[in-house]
Amino acid sequence: MDWTQVLAAGVIATIGPVTAGYALSAIGLNLQFGYAGLLNFGHVAFMLVGAYGTAMTVEFGGPLWLGVIVGVVAAVLLGLLLGIPTLRLRADYFAITSIAAAEVLRLVVRSSWAEPQTGGVFGIQGFATDFHRLNPFPATELYGIGQFVVTGRTLWVIVVGWILVLIATLFVARLIRSPWGRVLKAIREDEDATRSFGKNVFAYKLQALMIGGAIASLAGILFALEQQSIYPGAFEPRITFILYVMVILGGAGSIWGAVLGAAVFNFLFYATDTLMARLQANVDWIGAILSPAEAGLIKYFLVGIALMLLIVYRPQGLLRSRDEGPADAA
Amino acid sequence: MLLILAFPLVALAQGETIGGTLVYRTDGERNPVEGVTITVSQDGTPIGTAVSDAEGRWEVPLPGPGTYQVSLDPLTLPEGVALTDPAQVELSNVAVIGGQRRSVIFPLGEGATGGVSTYVRLGALLVAGLKLGATIALAAVGLSLIYGVTRLVNFAHAELVTLGAVIAYLFHAGGPGWPLVVAAIPAVLIVAGFGWLQGRYLWQPLRKRGTAVLSLMVVSIGLSFALRSVIQLFFGGLPVAYPDFAGQPAIDVLGIPMVPKHLATIGVSIVVLLLVTQFLQRSRTGTAMRAVSDDRDLAESSGIDVNRVIQVTWILAALLAALGGVLYGLNESISYDMGFRILLLLFAAVVLGGLGTAYGVMAGAFAVGIVVEMSTLWLPAELKVVSGLVILIAMLLIRPQGIFGARERIG
Repeated sequence: MDWTQVLAAGVIATIGPVTAGYALSAIGLNLQFGYAGLLNFGHVAFMLVGAYGTAMTVEFGGPLWLGVIVGVVAAVLLGLLLGIPTLRLRADYFAITSIAAAEVLRLVVRSSWAEPQTGGVFGIQGFATDFHRLNPFPATELYGIGQFVVTGRTLWVIVVGWILVLIATLFVARLIRSPWGRVLKAIREDEDATRSFGKNVFAYKLQALMIGGAIASLAGILFALEQQSIYPGAFEPRITFILYVMVILGGAGSIWGAVLGAAVFNFLFYATDTLMARLQANVDWIGAILSPAEAGLIKYFLVGIALMLLIVYRPQGLLRSRDEGPADAA
Repeated sequence: MLLILAFPLVALAQGETIGGTLVYRTDGERNPVEGVTITVSQDGTPIGTAVSDAEGRWEVPLPGPGTYQVSLDPLTLPEGVALTDPAQVELSNVAVIGGQRRSVIFPLGEGATGGVSTYVRLGALLVAGLKLGATIALAAVGLSLIYGVTRLVNFAHAELVTLGAVIAYLFHAGGPGWPLVVAAIPAVLIVAGFGWLQGRYLWQPLRKRGTAVLSLMVVSIGLSFALRSVIQLFFGGLPVAYPDFAGQPAIDVLGIPMVPKHLATIGVSIVVLLLVTQFLQRSRTGTAMRAVSDDRDLAESSGIDVNRVIQVTWILAALLAALGGVLYGLNESISYDMGFRILLLLFAAVVLGGLGTAYGVMAGAFAVGIVVEMSTLWLPAELKVVSGLVILIAMLLIRPQGIFGARERIG
């Protein structure tokens, strides 16, 4: 059993693009769920429109920077379109509609009807050349020590990703400390009371949904640029639920919670994955009862259990004190 | 390799396809058949559709090697042309290996019935819609009843549907080898027991702890995720079909081709739904259930044992969901994520009928089923589910309490 491999898989995932991307998306979700109390179960849709907006713009001959703008604007519009009919409704209706809207989007982009534009099930490739051309690090060179190495190509994504995470975190922190943020938290704690002070509750919720969505679209764009390829299978609902685990783990409604949650989650997730794969290959009785594919499923089972246990026993997450937060507000 | 979770790399290089040429022979002459829609799907999810060109050729690109189902839409065949064997309308196990351009043949001949009239087409779609509505009604009623008595929107309801179908498969095609009709009985009972178990030992303690409704929804998402992984672990990732009644030939009813198992599905569902209405309307427990749904505190203070009523509701909801799962598996395929794939249609039915109601949801389910199938008149088949979700969103815009829901339920 080589424990350094398990550790290396966890550590590289924790500092790598996967955590930067998930952290970015989780920051958006934290603003919606943690601060505004919106139970958005279709968060992955914002990542989808970000990624597809970018890829499709480049595919139609536009420059990459325009694509990024299109992706973010599309996410803001999605928030508007989704929020206007549903945010006046009760939280459970909003939850159902948001997941339905996300599935509608995924089914439409994967359909053969939309294939001329979206590439259907195959998605779009080769739109990220300009991004990787800007890479100051030699793409194939290795950086790091021992088993903890990444290529120059990955390092470039890591640098850009974590800068975005930092900017998004500071931006949300500023928003939350502003009067706007205080109203948002008030809505989460008691919607009716806030309304009675003459605040337009609906408008605040809508703004939170749109801003959170725009941040998530950057995460979708980051994943798309890292992979240089997007396809609908990457935007399944389970991504949203993994984001919930991250947000709740780190502490819904805490500024650094989303980032911490994403890092801790990915460390455990990828270390477990490598551990299970190693156990499957090296320990006879585990190899006998589990195939490699089955060993890979264990981590998803643990994600589900973790989500249940966290929200029940530690809804405040790792960073927050018990007395505030969406879990106690509803 | 870091992004295995979010972005597994697709094997794009090989370019597997499924294709063929549609022709029929008259007097030794080959006539290409143009304009026929062919759908390739996997695990019940459509991968792509193709329409045959002027030479009768069609081709659907695939995401990778695997086993696919290829079906021809007989309603798009031109007048005077029909499948020589109507049961061959779907080829269920088309295996494609890496890099292969697999060709499949649909033998065509001159059809005795001539082309398909609008009447036949509408009739066939209506039956398909009723069949889909019948299955989602069973599952959706349970979802709504649970909401009614506990205020929980249970995302893990989908896994009760899956479990019903999967356990019936194990008794049917697995060890015991019982006929499906017999195998369905232990399946439904086991799932009912499981429903009671989670109601009693998961949700009741959480309610006692005073966990907020929003948190309970997150718990149900986690439960759904964990259960789905366990089912996939034991059942595998590939969809299967019940050996009984597979490839049943259609019979002619009023000039419309109908498959007997579809009619049986509709019949069984309607009988069971009528029994549920009678139970809710006539029995003491059913009346108590409606009372708890309406006003829990009032029901409790008038001497109703609320916890017992909730437990009975869990048993009933799980039982209905499992039966819906068996019927859905009978008509489509059985896979670890079948429940999750129809969950949003269940929500559409529930929202359309009114969250917490029973009769409204039954009507809502049939309406959703019919709209979803009828939408293939205008939409490509792979987008038909979208029409169900559009109803859901439109309904929330116009009348969020549902057709039959009471206004004050909205809050």
